[in-house]
Amino acid sequence: MKRTIIAVAMIIAVMGMIVPASVFAADKPKFAIVFKNTGNPYGEKQLQGFKDGIQEQGYEAILRSPELPTAEAQIQIIEQLIAQRVASICIVGNDYDALQPVLTKASKAGIKVFSLDSSVNPASRLTHVNQADSEKIGQTLIKAAYDMTGGKGGEIAILSATSQASNQNIWIDFMKKELAKPQYASLKLVKIAYGDDLRDKSVSETEALLRSYPNLKVIIAPTTVGIAAAAKVITDKNLIGKVFITGLGLPSEMATYIENGACPYMFLWNPIDVGYLGAYVATALVNGKITGAVGEKFSAGRLGNYTITKAPDGGTEVLLGPPFKFDKSNIAEWKNVY
Amino acid sequence: MKNSQSSKLSDNARELGLLGFIVVLALLFQLRNPEFLTFSNLRDLLNNTAILGVLSVGMMMILLTGGIDLSIGATIAFSGMVTALTVSAYPTISPILSLAEGTLVGVVVGVIVGFLVAYCKILPIIASLGMMNIVRGLTYLVSKGKWVSAYQMSDGFKAISTGATLGISNLILIAIVIYVIFAYFLSSTRTGRYIYAVGSSPDTADVVGIPRKRILLLVYTTMGALAGLAGVLWVSRYASAQGDTAQGYEMSVIAAVVLGGVSVSGGRGKVIGIILGTILFGMLNNALPLINISPFWQQAIQGVVILLAVISNVLIKRNNDRMTLRRRAI
Amino acid sequence: MSERTLEIEKPRSLKNFFFQWEWFLIALFVIINIVNSLLSPYYFTADTFLSTPMNFLDKAFLVYPMMMIIVLGNIDVSVGSIIALSSVIMAVSYNAGLSMPLAMVLCLAVSTFCGFINGFLQAKFRELSSTIITISTQIIYRGIAYIILEDKAAGKFPTWFSFLGWGYIGKVPFIMIVFIVFTILFAILIHKTRFGRQLFAMGNNSTACRYSGIKTENMLISVSTIMGFMAGITALFLTSRMGSTRPNVATGYELDVIAMVVLGGVSTSGGKGRITGPLLSIFIIGFLNYGLGLFNISAQVLLIIIGALLIVAVMLQNLRFDKSGQKSGAKHVQLKR
Repeated sequence: MKRTIIAVAMIIAVMGMIVPASVFAADKPKFAIVFKNTGNPYGEKQLQGFKDGIQEQGYEAILRSPELPTAEAQIQIIEQLIAQRVASICIVGNDYDALQPVLTKASKAGIKVFSLDSSVNPASRLTHVNQADSEKIGQTLIKAAYDMTGGKGGEIAILSATSQASNQNIWIDFMKKELAKPQYASLKLVKIAYGDDLRDKSVSETEALLRSYPNLKVIIAPTTVGIAAAAKVITDKNLIGKVFITGLGLPSEMATYIENGACPYMFLWNPIDVGYLGAYVATALVNGKITGAVGEKFSAGRLGNYTITKAPDGGTEVLLGPPFKFDKSNIAEWKNVY
Repeated sequence: MKNSQSSKLSDNARELGLLGFIVVLALLFQLRNPEFLTFSNLRDLLNNTAILGVLSVGMMMILLTGGIDLSIGATIAFSGMVTALTVSAYPTISPILSLAEGTLVGVVVGVIVGFLVAYCKILPIIASLGMMNIVRGLTYLVSKGKWVSAYQMSDGFKAISTGATLGISNLILIAIVIYVIFAYFLSSTRTGRYIYAVGSSPDTADVVGIPRKRILLLVYTTMGALAGLAGVLWVSRYASAQGDTAQGYEMSVIAAVVLGGVSVSGGRGKVIGIILGTILFGMLNNALPLINISPFWQQAIQGVVILLAVISNVLIKRNNDRMTLRRRAI
Repeated sequence: MSERTLEIEKPRSLKNFFFQWEWFLIALFVIINIVNSLLSPYYFTADTFLSTPMNFLDKAFLVYPMMMIIVLGNIDVSVGSIIALSSVIMAVSYNAGLSMPLAMVLCLAVSTFCGFINGFLQAKFRELSSTIITISTQIIYRGIAYIILEDKAAGKFPTWFSFLGWGYIGKVPFIMIVFIVFTILFAILIHKTRFGRQLFAMGNNSTACRYSGIKTENMLISVSTIMGFMAGITALFLTSRMGSTRPNVATGYELDVIAMVVLGGVSTSGGKGRITGPLLSIFIIGFLNYGLGLFNISAQVLLIIIGALLIVAVMLQNLRFDKSGQKSGAKHVQLKR
């Protein structure tokens, strides 16, 4: 009796093996994008833009995000994509270096790998889609902070995400470089605080900043959670007009605070466009139009033509464009978009 | 006469020790940054800790029964998201109704966990772990990956947490009310005493006729209700509802409760203890950035403080027990 | 006068044989594989079965020691932090000039020491539950990792180091070979040695054990130290898979491992369990994750599925006990007239 049951189970297993193998069909190429984590509206918009771009060209898009923003989780997803024999993988990296082994495996399997938004090291990627020049972001934010002090200078602070976040760290490095310039001699960076992209921690770090540095004039928060949290603190404590907030934020999150003046203006770029551009980079790589080298040109649908340039980390990148400024005049229009 | 006086002292030794620890720590912080012991900083501290306080009462009751609940972070996120979505769709809804809605969502989750623990005999850590995953997944699904932002919330909704009644911030008021209710409930009602009994000796409780299953169900449902309430307070306070809200927060709550002297094996603990534990925890979060400790040291320091606090709890209790024995051996 | 004999025998019936938890797990494994292969034409290849485990076997090294801890009636939520700390120390010391083999030894030494501390604290402060002790050490160990490495990553290991996590011996991944070796070692340790029997005895009734001379404190310390050592092994393989490390690696590993052990039929009240259960559930959860991923199931649905699976599995275990009226593995005392 026991043996019969085992035999039956094995037959089912073998059938399971034979049946699908015969159903093998040559599919259309699939293009995958892997974001940092799930439940992030900025990420969702990027994925949406990517999907639009891919489908516009007649292909199938696969959108994946892990639950936790870790490298280990992304490695698992990439392995699954390799098994699905996708044509290309667009990665928004949770870690600059830790994905190299698995992305190398993907490249060896013939998959075109490139990064978007949050880069991976040049050895892991063919090119990188950067939403805006990191150096320009640093310069723009420092200039904004300076202007918000009325040109008089004073103490400023930075409220970042997690201490590990590679984007934020690159921008902060450029901000520090910019601060060293003579025209910003009157600006003093007193602290870099980490809100870990957690609401409650960002709030308590902001409160601590305000308490420890009573003469603080501007807080730069190049992270969507941090800037909204800081702006709320300023609003709740009736410090609008005394302490200013700027940085990179989602229009939907910041609409209330731009309208009430806590944040006179801030910057971002359209994540939908970033994803859309990524879609065209993906197809251009797969169709052999580009290889990721400097100087190559390709067309990106409704966004126009792009040229690949040299990236500060030694690899290559494609720049979407300059950061976009959100202020009272346009926030109402953008808050419903993303 | 002398005996009862000194035994009362030793009963409260743990709480007194904790209070002393807090006072000493506060003075040290004040020395490093005189901004610490100011009215506005302390008010910020209490505001930030109020939500933790509301949750620790519920977790205390669960720990008293020898259980644990890892799903509260997910419940906070889920109830907060559902309430926020409702407000953004129907901005004229009254804040009281929002609070009720969130609490109700929490009750549903709590009932399910309680049912799994009490009637399906699933161990609390497993039941709450499983529910944590399920509820978190539901939060992401229900929000379709989007956040609910400040401009989508009515002013009334946002004022739930930021507003003040009778000069005291709403958050602190709600926390105080909850503490008072449950302090009375646990120490002076029969059901409250039953909770202690179930934790310190579940088998005896069965034999004596205490409705253990109903008590367990009650305890987890209450925790769910409080987590649901906390969810509304949370999203109102930060004016934003995200899918990953309060991820991992359950560990902070457990830490604060254990700091307050509640034994994780059940049967022991007082509300005054967890008030102190919550304040200590909140103090660490508030003061460490103030005294310019590098953010990379904050986590290690928190862990050490918690470990020291629980070990000193144990040492004090051992001392107590020894003294009690000595007193008896006349 | 009727003869009465005591028969200590589990009634042999087909129902009892199949009602053993492990058969349920095998059935689950078969079902998952069938569904996976129907979902994706790429699934049923030898490569899948050999290579996919490379993704989850690093966690698997933690399952056996965690099983021992759970059999004792305890728990350890600090393993993720131990992995992070030992991995970070290995990377930093290598980059500071230490030779790689020595750095790897250091990694194991650190993790074993962390495990030892866990055990030591539990032994010396018996009133404190393992939950609160390991919650504190979880925070402390990872906190130390943050102090050391702050916001940076450390890596740049020699190329041969990636052989651990990515290399093959013939067709079989290196990590799988190491895993099989440890499986055999732990199977012997848990089921065939006196240490193993004392483990189960202690889990059933630690007070009685203490009075019968079993050194319960040493037991606690040994088990936690072993857990620490295996966390170091996991750290080696995980770091090799990623080629670099940060203080935030291995977050959440402890809950995954506990889920695997419990799914394997090891009761968290202690004193019971067989190694085959957790062994099977490693592959079940691993292939379930992989299969669902092939179908591009979203992370949120995956969360719900795993959560529900855990609850249903334990409910089934409980129901089964009630139905057949006896616990698996236990002997049934029957008075025969």
